Amino acid sequence: MNATTATIPFETRSAATGAVPLESSADWSPSKGVVGMTCLIIAESAIFTIFVVAYLYYLGKDLSGPTPRQVLDLPILNSICLLSSSATITFALRSLRNGNTKKFNFWWLVTIALGAYFLLGTGREWHHLIHDKGLTIQTNLFGTTFYSLVGLHASHVIIGLLALSIVMAFAITGAVKREHAERVHVLGLYWHFVDVVWVVVFTVVYIIGR
Amino acid sequence: MNGTLTTGDISGATALGSIAATEKTVFDHIHSWLVTVDHKRLGLMYIIYALVFFVVAGIEASLIRIQLAAPNNHFLSPQVFNQLFTMHGTTMVFLVGMPMIFGFANYLVPLMIGARDLAFPRLNAFGFWLSVFGGLLLYFSFIGGEGMTGAGSAPDVGWFAYAPLTGKAFSKGHSTDYWILGIMIGGFGSIATAANIITTILCMRCRGMTLAKMPLLAWLNLIMCGMVLIAVSPLTAAQIMLLLDRFAGSHFFDTQAGGSATLWMHFFWIFGHPEVYVLIIPAFAFASEIIPVFSRKAIFGYPVMVGATLAIAFVSLSVWAHHMFTIGMSSTSNTFFAVSTMMVGIPTGIKIFNWLGTMWGGKLRFDTPMLFSTAFLFQFLIAGLTGIMLAAAPFNWQLNDSYFVIAHFHFVLVGALIFMIFAAVYYWFPKATGRLLSERFGKWHFWLFLIGFHMTFVTMHIPGILGMPRRIYTYEAGRGWGIWNLICTIGVAFQVIGTLIFVINILLSLRKGRPAGNDPWDAWTLEWSTSSPPPEYNFAEIPAVKSRRPLWDIKHPSDPDWKYE
Amino acid sequence: MVMAGLTQQGVFAAEKIDPALVPSVFAPESVPAHSISHLAGLVLAITGAIFVVVAGLLTYAVVRFRRRGNDDGTEPAQIYGSGPVEAAWTTVPFLIVVVLALTTARVIHEIQDARKPVAALDVQVIGHQWWWEFRYPKLGIVTANELHVPVSQGQDRLPTFLELRSADVVHSFWVPRLAGKTDLIPNKVNSMWIEPERPGLYLGQCAKYCGTQHAKMLLRVYVDTREDFDRWVKEQKQLAENDPTAAAGRLVFERTACINCHAVNGTVGNGRFGPDLTHLMGRATLGSGALTNSLEGLRAWIKSPEQFKPGVLMPAMNLNDADLDKLAAYLATLK
Repeated sequence: MNATTATIPFETRSAATGAVPLESSADWSPSKGVVGMTCLIIAESAIFTIFVVAYLYYLGKDLSGPTPRQVLDLPILNSICLLSSSATITFALRSLRNGNTKKFNFWWLVTIALGAYFLLGTGREWHHLIHDKGLTIQTNLFGTTFYSLVGLHASHVIIGLLALSIVMAFAITGAVKREHAERVHVLGLYWHFVDVVWVVVFTVVYIIGR
Repeated sequence: MNGTLTTGDISGATALGSIAATEKTVFDHIHSWLVTVDHKRLGLMYIIYALVFFVVAGIEASLIRIQLAAPNNHFLSPQVFNQLFTMHGTTMVFLVGMPMIFGFANYLVPLMIGARDLAFPRLNAFGFWLSVFGGLLLYFSFIGGEGMTGAGSAPDVGWFAYAPLTGKAFSKGHSTDYWILGIMIGGFGSIATAANIITTILCMRCRGMTLAKMPLLAWLNLIMCGMVLIAVSPLTAAQIMLLLDRFAGSHFFDTQAGGSATLWMHFFWIFGHPEVYVLIIPAFAFASEIIPVFSRKAIFGYPVMVGATLAIAFVSLSVWAHHMFTIGMSSTSNTFFAVSTMMVGIPTGIKIFNWLGTMWGGKLRFDTPMLFSTAFLFQFLIAGLTGIMLAAAPFNWQLNDSYFVIAHFHFVLVGALIFMIFAAVYYWFPKATGRLLSERFGKWHFWLFLIGFHMTFVTMHIPGILGMPRRIYTYEAGRGWGIWNLICTIGVAFQVIGTLIFVINILLSLRKGRPAGNDPWDAWTLEWSTSSPPPEYNFAEIPAVKSRRPLWDIKHPSDPDWKYE
Repeated sequence: MVMAGLTQQGVFAAEKIDPALVPSVFAPESVPAHSISHLAGLVLAITGAIFVVVAGLLTYAVVRFRRRGNDDGTEPAQIYGSGPVEAAWTTVPFLIVVVLALTTARVIHEIQDARKPVAALDVQVIGHQWWWEFRYPKLGIVTANELHVPVSQGQDRLPTFLELRSADVVHSFWVPRLAGKTDLIPNKVNSMWIEPERPGLYLGQCAKYCGTQHAKMLLRVYVDTREDFDRWVKEQKQLAENDPTAAAGRLVFERTACINCHAVNGTVGNGRFGPDLTHLMGRATLGSGALTNSLEGLRAWIKSPEQFKPGVLMPAMNLNDADLDKLAAYLATLK
């Protein structure tokens, strides 16, 4: 009944740590971090899709209250800042790959600043909508779907900024080096995702919806 | 490598019930389990957690069946009954089904692909403890829920929690909030674990194991986890919306303010339908590993099995509104969903033929795992056929929300999934513990459970056809439903006894079971090359493989698989 | 203990069943129900045949390929697959699905897209937690829980078209012998039709979980002959009976909170939260099927509705016995 424990031809490898895969079926297999982050992005995309569907479904169905056209202004500067932060984070990563930690620190900080400006801008917009235009999440269907969709995105920006800030803290103490580029790259993927979502949200809310 | 190795144990690590090293106290032992990141331990903890809730949900079902055994019964109040059926369904799907499949995936995937652990061991532990917290939070509602009926009440809105019944207006108190939060937290755990398993399979296969050479269990779990990523998120999104409705005054599902009740239905079933495929695909995975071994033949049509499962995964994303045929969609929409639902039956059905083809011409050994697997084949066939009946939308207009549907999905979830979980436990218990489960108890378990299952769930189709709707705490005499309900209830007793024997079997065999050795079933995949139980690091040296059945190649050096693949 | 309790309540007493009342899907007496039943027959035949074939093959395999006692321990021939076989067993199911899909599409269209004849009767159904409101807009009738429709026989077809709405949560109208079910969804108007072909009483109930008393939101549909239906309409259109011997009870009704929820045509009561009581005694049951309608039943229900339908939204009215008697006596005159 018991199989003979004969020798299976082995490939002896010592365990590796960090971003190098432990063992692989071929000489190359995808990076764990990239695959894991891609999975997270897929799941998050599904969540955002549902909120976008709700937004589109309820367009024009309000029984009362302000309409998008009446109260929404295009957040142009905000969007420019957020989208260019995708470029700056790429510069940062490139610098790190070249080993230039000083440049990395600079571009990383710029990225954080741009993201923070976006958040501030969103906050100002909401303050204006609530206090000057009388639009809250309770007002009508537009209020419901607007604040939840934009808010969901903003919460992801906040999480992203938190992660970026932690890396910044490490970087300032000199702990971030060239060999960490892969991990930083994975975090960068999340940040790019947040930016792509903004493109979708912007299009749906401020262009199609208005 | 991952955490501390048990002292002195290289080849035969700690068996489940014994304390190996002398300097460890009981508290050290428990502590090591609480902080573990080892996929095998986490896998076992998931499975035990699921088994505990299986018993709890089974008790809930038994109470329901006692109440329904006769018309106008007064065993349970309507309030309690409504909580019980809600909790029974919610528990079975989220606290039994999901943890069970993730537990098995956790345990088996690294072993079967020649890896030492999952890709992200700490995330693995985090996902597990999130699930535990979610389940406990849900059950805390029995004490702290404060629903419509007063202090302490569990959710009573049905497991799919339709709006606007779940809105603040109709569900006062917090019972619905416990439903939302308990499941949402567990949902985050599921997404984390799914990402973990996908990464493991894509990045950590051993040398020689291309995607085309990995065991079907790995393939099917890969597909299942991909579906989890896409399908669980819509539920999370809908639940966030419901929370906003209940706490922030938004109007997503607030029909008094122009919100839509059908929107919740769409979102829920966009989750709900792929979810049931998520639950059943691991059953297919177990069948695809167990049936070949007990037929002494390779799986018939490996590439088609993979292709069919991929087809199921894609098509199942387009069938969700077959749960909504009665809501008043246009005839075009109804036709679309009827057709897509019938279509998804094709790749699902041909898998049965592939298993049949595996058995054909084999030498069938009917040890307990194979008994359960054979019953699975018959029962899954019936489940699929009643599914086709329900796909015919006009017939669905009669049978939707009736006991016919309950019979159908219990045939899938008990007759197919639970039976294969039993099979999987009997099959891999020796690997995890080093001891075989008793065959004698196993056969008693099987036959009693089989009789009870059929007595309950075959019969249950009849009241549905006679017009009995779901979720009613009692029914009128004179409609002809009483005798069938009584038979259904009696069947439960057999299933309860069968399950008890199963639990006793596990507890007894842990101490007194026959030692299993590495490979008690003469099987062919990598997990059977390690000791039983495997050492913490799984493999002393990571293997390299040349075919889908590496151990077959070793046992048959003159006739290895890679000559034919 | 459970069994003792159940036998004590006489719960296992043999159920008296009138076969004509069993709401079986396969005892259709209405055009759409017939269409569904025929489709179901075809589907059952096809799935039944599939079952016989596949289960037969499985059974054969289990028996024929069992390992024998005298087995020599060698492994059987390893077959990894077969293109032609797999193609065959994919094509045949595909063809079966095509047949089923086409038939299904036809019946969907037949039922859902049926043209409404000019002469059709219109009924508005409004679902409440846990009772049914029925309005006949063209006839000016409002009633509850028990629906009267004319039979459709012979050449002049007379289907009834139902418009379905909900006042609160999702409900579902299901009378199996007359049609498939359709949901009543707040903020949405659904429609369905029935065309009953034989007079009689048809039972149904709400088929979408709608809260605590979902189980007792029962339906009674009376399919009347033309003469009976016309007579019923005439009765319903009249104002409420004003029996002078029940005047005291009528005062109780008009001065208590009853009128906040209930309407009686011809009194000051015009509440719409609860069922219209103008012709209450024309109904066989109270509480949407919770108990039989009678003087004693009325009294007991008003005294404590919770006793018959725990969780019901009608509160106990806390009347003294004298008022209770008068009120019940009054309501019992509302024919």
